[in-house]
Amino acid sequence: MSEYLVLIYEDEAAMGAADEATFTKIMDGHNEFGERNAAALRGGNALHPSSSATSLRRDATGKLVVTDGAFAETKEALGGYYLIEAADLDEAIALAAQVPALFGGVEVRPIRVFD
Amino acid sequence: MEAAIADAHRHEWAFVVAATIRVTGDIDVAEECVQEAYSKALSAWPTSGIPAKPGAWLTTVARRKAIDHLRRLSTHQRILPAIVDANEDDSIPDVDGSLIGDDRLRLIFTCCHPALSPEAQVALTLRLLCGLSTSEVARAFLVSESTMAARLTRAKKKIATSHIPYQVPNAADLPSRVDAVLSVVHLVFTTGHTAPTGADLMRRDLVERSLDLCRMLRVLLPDDAGVTGLLALIVLTDARRTTRTGPQGELLLLSQQDRDQWDRAAIDEGVRLVRVSLSERPAGRFALMAAIATLHAQAPTWEATDWSEIVALYDLLLAAWPSPVVALNRAVAVGFAVGPEAGLSVLESLRVDPHLSSYSYYESARADFLRRLGRFDEARSAYQESLEHCANDVERAFLRERLTELPG
Repeated sequence: MSEYLVLIYEDEAAMGAADEATFTKIMDGHNEFGERNAAALRGGNALHPSSSATSLRRDATGKLVVTDGAFAETKEALGGYYLIEAADLDEAIALAAQVPALFGGVEVRPIRVFD
Repeated sequence: MEAAIADAHRHEWAFVVAATIRVTGDIDVAEECVQEAYSKALSAWPTSGIPAKPGAWLTTVARRKAIDHLRRLSTHQRILPAIVDANEDDSIPDVDGSLIGDDRLRLIFTCCHPALSPEAQVALTLRLLCGLSTSEVARAFLVSESTMAARLTRAKKKIATSHIPYQVPNAADLPSRVDAVLSVVHLVFTTGHTAPTGADLMRRDLVERSLDLCRMLRVLLPDDAGVTGLLALIVLTDARRTTRTGPQGELLLLSQQDRDQWDRAAIDEGVRLVRVSLSERPAGRFALMAAIATLHAQAPTWEATDWSEIVALYDLLLAAWPSPVVALNRAVAVGFAVGPEAGLSVLESLRVDPHLSSYSYYESARADFLRRLGRFDEARSAYQESLEHCANDVERAFLRERLTELPG
């Protein structure tokens, strides 16, 4: 068994413009996903929008620079994640495919184990 | 003897590699063990003679080496002790037919996993299934050996770190996964049939490998209509191989090829296969492409070609596979079925597709329609545009010839 991070990326503008019914549908989708795959889930959370993000970098002198916003400017922003356990990538993909991501998609990344 | 080893290499490589990966669980180690098995054959067979079942001999030797390798690993590194014990039994693999089939299928599906980039899928398939050396694969795609070696290493790393499983996909995923495999084999074929770059029109080694792969798939998945359709397509298209260039190595169009020189046995085989592949409803894209190839193969002359039927097949193909290249090929067919004006009009409607913006065949098709309509200045620009995106010397020579033939 291996662990994977399922990262949910979404177009925030489109998401923000969604109506109440759509929002409920998404929440129901996440609840269903969680219930159906409880055995495989090791964690997961929704995130506040990228406008709530704070990024930290070091400048050339090594000084900490704190800025408003997400690390990278991309069309789709990270909106949430699940940490899952699966036998292999195919199983991880089958799980990740069930995650609601109406305004974007998901990325599946294997967790690195150091021994 | 050398021929026997080369033969064993070509026909048994995939089988031996696939069976060995099952022991090692690691592609690199398996490759080494298989390489060693072939070296052993080179030194042993001249004295002991070629074994009755070379594949079984090579697999037994490779797996023994793999087991030795696993034993040498310290206990905590040994991840699959169960598999080592199971393979203590050195029984000839031939006996259980299903085991043979499964191993090569496992390997094919692993090499063509959608999590790998298309280039990686093609490189791995040629290396692991066809047994091409890294330098041979590099040459086939006109990249440096180090570039190809890096590509293969990255692909194998992706398989290991993401834990791409060494198994045949489950029933639900099988159709899309088989389709992915067929895309890879088809790409190997088309790259070999009309090389995108270089001095030669064809790369025979790639065509032959695609044929080998497709025949292997037909043995492993005899009921798959897509596999049958692709084999039909390759066989029918390759039937024209000796007529595609003239005595000076110049490009010959379908309208100029000597149909008496087409491989009739191959065409007969292709036609039989197409019938089988079309029994699946709805017809898949490879079956439809093969059906179009059949219409060309069976037309006694260029003039006798049933273009309306071809357009009808393209309509079905476009519905099954909405690709801009298919749409372009359909436009060309419309140009012959109805006329250059109609063909040009379809082409214009495709102009917006970004995939066609640097596709040399788009402009050469446009140029041909314009030329036939007497719009020579526009044809000239289109041929020039096409040349800009064409990197194959034989095709470039053809386009330049067309340019010089234009009046004014």
